[in-house]
Amino acid sequence: MTFDQLLQNLANGISLGALYALIAIGYTMVYGILRLINFAHGDIVMIGAYAAFYGVAMFILPWWISFPLAILLTTGLGMIIERVAYRPLREYPRINLFTSAVAVSFLLENLANVIFGGRPKAFERPAFMNEMITIGNTQVVSYTPFIIITAVVLFGGLLYIVNRTKVGMAMRALSKDIEATGLMGINTDRIILFSFMLGSALAAAGGILWATKFPQINPWMGVMPGLKAFIAAVLGGIGNITGAVIGGFLLGLTEIMVVAFFPSLSGYRDAFAYTILILLLLFRPTGIMGEMQAEKV
Amino acid sequence: MSLLKLDSLTKQFGGLTAVKEFSTGLEAGELCALIGPNGSGKTTIFNLITGIYTPTSGTVTFNGQDITGWRPDRITACGIARTFQNIRLFKGLNVLENVVVGKHLRLKSDPFSATFHLPNYRREDEAMFAEGLELLDSLGLSRLAYEAPTSLPYGEQRKLEIARALATDPKLLLLDEPAAGMSPTDSEELMVFITHILKTYKLTILLIEHQMRVVMGICPRIIAIDHGETIAEGTPEYIQNHPKVIEAYLGVADYA
Amino acid sequence: MKKRRNLILTLAALILFGGFLYYAQHTFNPYILRILNLCAVFTIFAVTFNLIFGYTGQFSLGHAGFAAVGAYVAALLTMSAAQKSANFFLKPIISPLANVEIPFLPALLLAGLFASVVGSLVAWPALRLRGDYLAIATLGFSEIIRILLVNLQPITNGALGLKGIPSYTNLYWSWGAALVCIFIIKSLINTSYGRAMSAIRDDEVAAEALGVSLFKHKMMAFAVSAFFVGVAGALMANLISTIDPKVFLFFLTYQIVGITVMGGMGSLTGSTIAAILYTVFLEALRPIESPFTIGPLNIPGIPGMRMVLFSILLLTVILFYRRGLMGTNEFSWDWLIGLFHRKDTALAAPTGGAEK
Repeated sequence: MTFDQLLQNLANGISLGALYALIAIGYTMVYGILRLINFAHGDIVMIGAYAAFYGVAMFILPWWISFPLAILLTTGLGMIIERVAYRPLREYPRINLFTSAVAVSFLLENLANVIFGGRPKAFERPAFMNEMITIGNTQVVSYTPFIIITAVVLFGGLLYIVNRTKVGMAMRALSKDIEATGLMGINTDRIILFSFMLGSALAAAGGILWATKFPQINPWMGVMPGLKAFIAAVLGGIGNITGAVIGGFLLGLTEIMVVAFFPSLSGYRDAFAYTILILLLLFRPTGIMGEMQAEKV
Repeated sequence: MSLLKLDSLTKQFGGLTAVKEFSTGLEAGELCALIGPNGSGKTTIFNLITGIYTPTSGTVTFNGQDITGWRPDRITACGIARTFQNIRLFKGLNVLENVVVGKHLRLKSDPFSATFHLPNYRREDEAMFAEGLELLDSLGLSRLAYEAPTSLPYGEQRKLEIARALATDPKLLLLDEPAAGMSPTDSEELMVFITHILKTYKLTILLIEHQMRVVMGICPRIIAIDHGETIAEGTPEYIQNHPKVIEAYLGVADYA
Repeated sequence: MKKRRNLILTLAALILFGGFLYYAQHTFNPYILRILNLCAVFTIFAVTFNLIFGYTGQFSLGHAGFAAVGAYVAALLTMSAAQKSANFFLKPIISPLANVEIPFLPALLLAGLFASVVGSLVAWPALRLRGDYLAIATLGFSEIIRILLVNLQPITNGALGLKGIPSYTNLYWSWGAALVCIFIIKSLINTSYGRAMSAIRDDEVAAEALGVSLFKHKMMAFAVSAFFVGVAGALMANLISTIDPKVFLFFLTYQIVGITVMGGMGSLTGSTIAAILYTVFLEALRPIESPFTIGPLNIPGIPGMRMVLFSILLLTVILFYRRGLMGTNEFSWDWLIGLFHRKDTALAAPTGGAEK
């Protein structure tokens, strides 16, 4: 492999990792607070992409209106899901919450199938994302830096909210102990809703960016990214936002690099994530950034 | 020879030393109490004896056998049973079944003959239930045999935990704050009950207690610990008047 | 003698059920038969999931993978050499497998055995994990199995899948297997081993402190479950006669979880009823996906609509019947007879009132 190819793969891996990371944040925030594997999160990604697609293709909006609008709409959907399908079950066994997430996931996918049609649609990138950028002998299409830059800006914003604002402090408190946080006079319902809002917004952004990188959208497009992002969240130590970002980049880079160095393994590409996941779970079950939590006996 | 011998047991969690160089021995038939303020490492010692934690260093010898680092179920099989501070009954099983689960480790029939209810299993199963009922009866719980454990009053739930532990045929019984959350009269009654089972089942009992007064009357020997270390060991009178105990324990939370 | 009466009732019910199967197998059209067979397959899926999760408390999402193992083993063992060579046109099948063709019963048992071995191999490391971590790890294993199926072309024919698997599955096989599965799991639950499993579900720490070996009992639940899941996978392969790795995506596992929760965690009766309802419901809704006419209106079919309705139904059950259809209750003759008695008294009351 030449040096240029390496750089190209690196750019590819980092942009894929950025997408995993964006989606992983929503998983990790929800898990950190509710201990819920929100399997509908991947479908939020899909809805985000479709909303952006229809904004441009049907309502002929320019991308800079369509994309934020899509994020807004999808965020609203994410909040409705929390309110309708998760909040009433919070006091019940967690299998109910999990099954509810599965049912919501089924519903979103199949509604999308009914409304948008099962056939893949071609997502049109805004013109400025199709430019070829040449640095030395390395060529990348401009959507790659756009994805990376957007993701980094969003991470910065998120870290600011989580670490520097009151809501962020409440979120962190909630992930330690919901009940105690409630007793402190914090409206836990609102903070949980807020977490879903943030997570869904990032997932929608991730979905749109995903569609610019892989410009074919279909009702099931969110399933695999969702699962991979979840694995990224576990890799980073579920419940830990920085961990989710690290896990996302790590997973994206690994997937691209292993195939780049060992092309014969390309058929097993999807298996890497699971293999890394299982090995990690067995040897360091709390992930890279997670803290060890011993059960009180 | 001591029934249980703990030799400089140490347990560290990260940088925190929960138990430090803890050594003691228990003679067969003895009733001994482990006291100390909250967070002094009492339950950790239990967890080290019963295999829930593996000690960082030191050994646990039971009946002449080194059982350090064994899995909890194997330790129970060789004769150590325990109860928990926060009651941990099986909610999905009734009172009698809770006790009978304690008999499972002595079951000889294999899963196959059990599934097909072959005669050898049926005999054993019937015997398990009969013994379980007998045990409940001797502890005055038989009228509740078919109730859900969660429907029992608090004190009875504690007794059921003890009954369940007794079902495993232990030589040594570890009771973790058996009187926690009980009124003074109830806890006194419970202590009488404990001396009763000590004799009836020929046990050796080590019990953790937070309130010193409760154990004063019944335990000939008391070990006081603080910050994971033994600070005094001896008769109730000796412990009661020991300056270190008063400082670490009584001085802080004026219980006695 | 209640015991005797119940035994007689059970035998009578079995004979009646056998008669029904005989009648159905000989008179119903293939479409209905296929649905009835699928009911049995999904019953096995749900009942086995209940053993692992509802009774032993181990949140495993590996069902699709175990079913895949069973399906492929049975398919490869029952297909004729000619069918196999017709299937494997991209890469030839490896030699010993190419000519093997065995009857259905040993193929079913081997399918179960293989799935059980794979299940145990998965469980062996994964059982050190608890709760959600176990769920993710088993889901990962299940997906790895599927990816292997895509890539091990000389054995599995890769993404093309297998076509022309002999349709051996009939009502006797499928419902026979389902009844055996229910019987064995029910019996196992009622033994001391079953109580130990429930103890593990309720409180692992306390169970272990009472001398219950966690590993042994969890492993037992996994091995037994995976065996029957493998058999169900085999029944499915020899029923739908075409399989490919996509059939065994983790959607299948999700469906099984949904069915089991709908039926009630900890109720085999619930699992059975929910599996049958699910299969029948999904088929009954098929018409709405093809064009139909109501009076003057011509309504075009809406593909995918029945899965939408199923998701809404699942969501409704989860949100409003949180314990599922049956909760943890089981069907028993005493319960049924008690029901009739209550009805009698309820019916008698108004008449008594009228006489006054």
